[in-house]
Amino acid sequence: MKAPAFKKIAAGVLLSVGLVGNSFAAECIAPASPGGGWDFTCRIIGKIMYEIGAVDKPIQVTNMAGAGGGLAYNHVVAERNDDVDVFIAASSATATRLAQNAYAGKTADQVRFVGAIGADPGVIVVADDSPYKNLKDLLDAIIKDPKSVTFAGGSAVGGFDHLKPLMLLQRAGFTDVTKVKYIGVNNGGDAITQTIGGFTQAMTGDMSEVVGFLKTGKVRAIAVLTEERVPGFEDVPTAKEQGYDVVAVNWRGMYVPKGVSDEVFNMWAERLQKVADSKQWAEAMTANGLAPFTKVGDDFQEYVTNVVKEINTMSKDIGVIK
Amino acid sequence: MDIIDNLILGFSVALTPFTLFLAVVGCFLGTIIGALPGLGPSNGVAILIPITFSLGLDATSALVLMTSVYYGAMYGGRISSILLNIPGDEPALMTTLDGYPMAKQGRAGEALVLSGVASFVGAFLATLGLILLAPVLAEVAYSFGPAEYFALYLLAFCTLGGMSSNNQAKSALAACLGLGISMIGVDNSSGMERFTGGNLHLMDGIDFLVAIVGLFAIAEVFFFIESHGKSSSIGIKLEKVVIPWKSIMETKWVMLRSSLLGFVAGVLPGAGASLGSFMAYMSEKAIAGEKGGFGTGVPKGVAAPEAGNNAAAGGALVPMLTLGVPGSGTTAVLLALLMTLNITPGPTLFAERPEVVWGLIASLLIANVVLLLMNVPMVKIFVRVLQVPPWILLPGVTMVSFVGIYSLSGSYFDLLLMVGFGILGYALRKLDIPTVPVILGILLGSNMEDALRRAMVIADGEFTYLFSSPIAIGLWIAAIVGFVAPMFLRNILKKPQRITD
Repeated sequence: MKAPAFKKIAAGVLLSVGLVGNSFAAECIAPASPGGGWDFTCRIIGKIMYEIGAVDKPIQVTNMAGAGGGLAYNHVVAERNDDVDVFIAASSATATRLAQNAYAGKTADQVRFVGAIGADPGVIVVADDSPYKNLKDLLDAIIKDPKSVTFAGGSAVGGFDHLKPLMLLQRAGFTDVTKVKYIGVNNGGDAITQTIGGFTQAMTGDMSEVVGFLKTGKVRAIAVLTEERVPGFEDVPTAKEQGYDVVAVNWRGMYVPKGVSDEVFNMWAERLQKVADSKQWAEAMTANGLAPFTKVGDDFQEYVTNVVKEINTMSKDIGVIK
Repeated sequence: MDIIDNLILGFSVALTPFTLFLAVVGCFLGTIIGALPGLGPSNGVAILIPITFSLGLDATSALVLMTSVYYGAMYGGRISSILLNIPGDEPALMTTLDGYPMAKQGRAGEALVLSGVASFVGAFLATLGLILLAPVLAEVAYSFGPAEYFALYLLAFCTLGGMSSNNQAKSALAACLGLGISMIGVDNSSGMERFTGGNLHLMDGIDFLVAIVGLFAIAEVFFFIESHGKSSSIGIKLEKVVIPWKSIMETKWVMLRSSLLGFVAGVLPGAGASLGSFMAYMSEKAIAGEKGGFGTGVPKGVAAPEAGNNAAAGGALVPMLTLGVPGSGTTAVLLALLMTLNITPGPTLFAERPEVVWGLIASLLIANVVLLLMNVPMVKIFVRVLQVPPWILLPGVTMVSFVGIYSLSGSYFDLLLMVGFGILGYALRKLDIPTVPVILGILLGSNMEDALRRAMVIADGEFTYLFSSPIAIGLWIAAIVGFVAPMFLRNILKKPQRITD
């Protein structure tokens, strides 16, 4: 009577794994552990695609964490090049790493970028009791004494969050960017906590990471890195209007393997467009602090190519790559 | 009373026949997931999230199901630790130290029931803490900067010396090995790769789960093969399962202290459940002293880490809910779930979405009670695992480990790495070097290094920054005392022992 109990459990597990395996149609690869932005993109886009009937079976999300998305990128290029049933979550971080040649020699033209349907505006945030009242105060203080300010951000050194203040300082005429102090912590929330705690003087991140904290009044956003002020956050001035022409948004989108036909590419573009037009996506964007940013199809491919070029030039300028 | 009203609100949302059914299902699945090596709470929850969507569950039901799985997995991790000496996930690591020796003495049932009760106490107290203190505790995170975290990890490290009772040098060696392994990957503070050999798979470093499953489960298989199945440590005599009231009463203070310690470790976003169970075990060991017999199979050594890690799991929900900062891999997954349900945790969540917060808290309480009721009778089923012949059981465990590890990153590289760790584990056991400090080295090493490097960036390399706050100084003192005290105490403690011998 011992073995049957064990067998039943084993059979139950196998059965449920089998059922789960069968009930999925397409797959979304999130190139990070569960909980991050890419994981969010996969889960929410996958969920909406199924809800609005753009796909007839739920999308399976696979987490393929590794090398800041590099593992998934290499996997897709090398092993899934003609898989029509897979799409991969991407963001500005994907473009940044491609531009910095951080994907083991793989380049941006080895996949097809389908589109982006929302963007997280870049922000610079200080604690409520900070002496820096606006972007100029902060940047001037750094130019005067680079040691006086440490930035905290959710990406590693050289990542997108690190590049934001460096781009701003470059516009302000400060070129010795290696002097700027930056610590990369685990995520945007950690970065804010460190800034509220007074361990770091400013936080660089995305709007979605700071929304809750802005409402409590524990932090002030001194600049948002968009063309125009973000709806819902009209009191946060743009960097541009403060005289520093920097636009840095973290778009949320996806790519598919290079080897798929134009029909398949267009099918995914259409599905993504349907999500972008849905009520559910509008709700998800508001809830998560995303601003509308819809570029789908060939337009988007062109946009990514340009962004990669731009970041590549800038990374060389600031010495992150040679 | 606000809290009572809120709890009533929470239960009115979370307590329906359907959600109760979900809680039972979730707890059952969670326990199984936790018990299977390689399938920890975080990938367990991640795997199950799509099911909530395909079932079309609403926000509350999805939350009830997932928190049940979360708590269930924290309970379940202990089962394979005790029965097979293979931790189901990393917080269950410390439970192997006394749980498995107990099982070897034929007290598997007692260890399982006791650890189930300890898990309940830890999780229940942590949930209470969450109810009463969440907004206050959220502030604690603001007073922990890089210097404080460094001192905290140092404290954990300094107590490592007392880890193995027979040979300090060997456990130090093992810890160093773990530290070395933790250096692999992209260095967060420079963006450069270290010791990766250009291999993309190594850029994020080595996952604890890969190391744990390799060092414990795979190494066990090698030993089994070597001895042609004769001297396997699995296959233990069994006694009748009764509720060990005596052990439970004896360990009540241990459970309370460990819950408190675990909860505090959980609340700190940079610490987490593994540190909670480790600190709980080490401090109880220190309190019990040499005569406590920790490491030889004593009830206290099972109660402490289990109460600690379950309390930490509850504590980790505090920063997740109040700050939107996940303190552990699993809370990161729960955060993802909340966000896909259009709920953004953060400082305003308690005020803006009380039904979500209190619904979640109510479902935690429900899950906890369900788990206790389910786990104690289920012990009779669990211990039957030991009667399965090893030549069926071990290949089965191996298969599950491979599937679990593959689900982590979906790459075969991790499987090779796991086998590599299996060989390492085999070699270490042949040399009589403990494997637990290796894991702790990996676990603590990278966090400790990150904290130190960040502190140095902030302070421009000025090392006095490390002692610049009262919290940091307090932790440093505790660390030094923890390191030095055993050296002196050993002499004092040894004398009476000689007499009794």
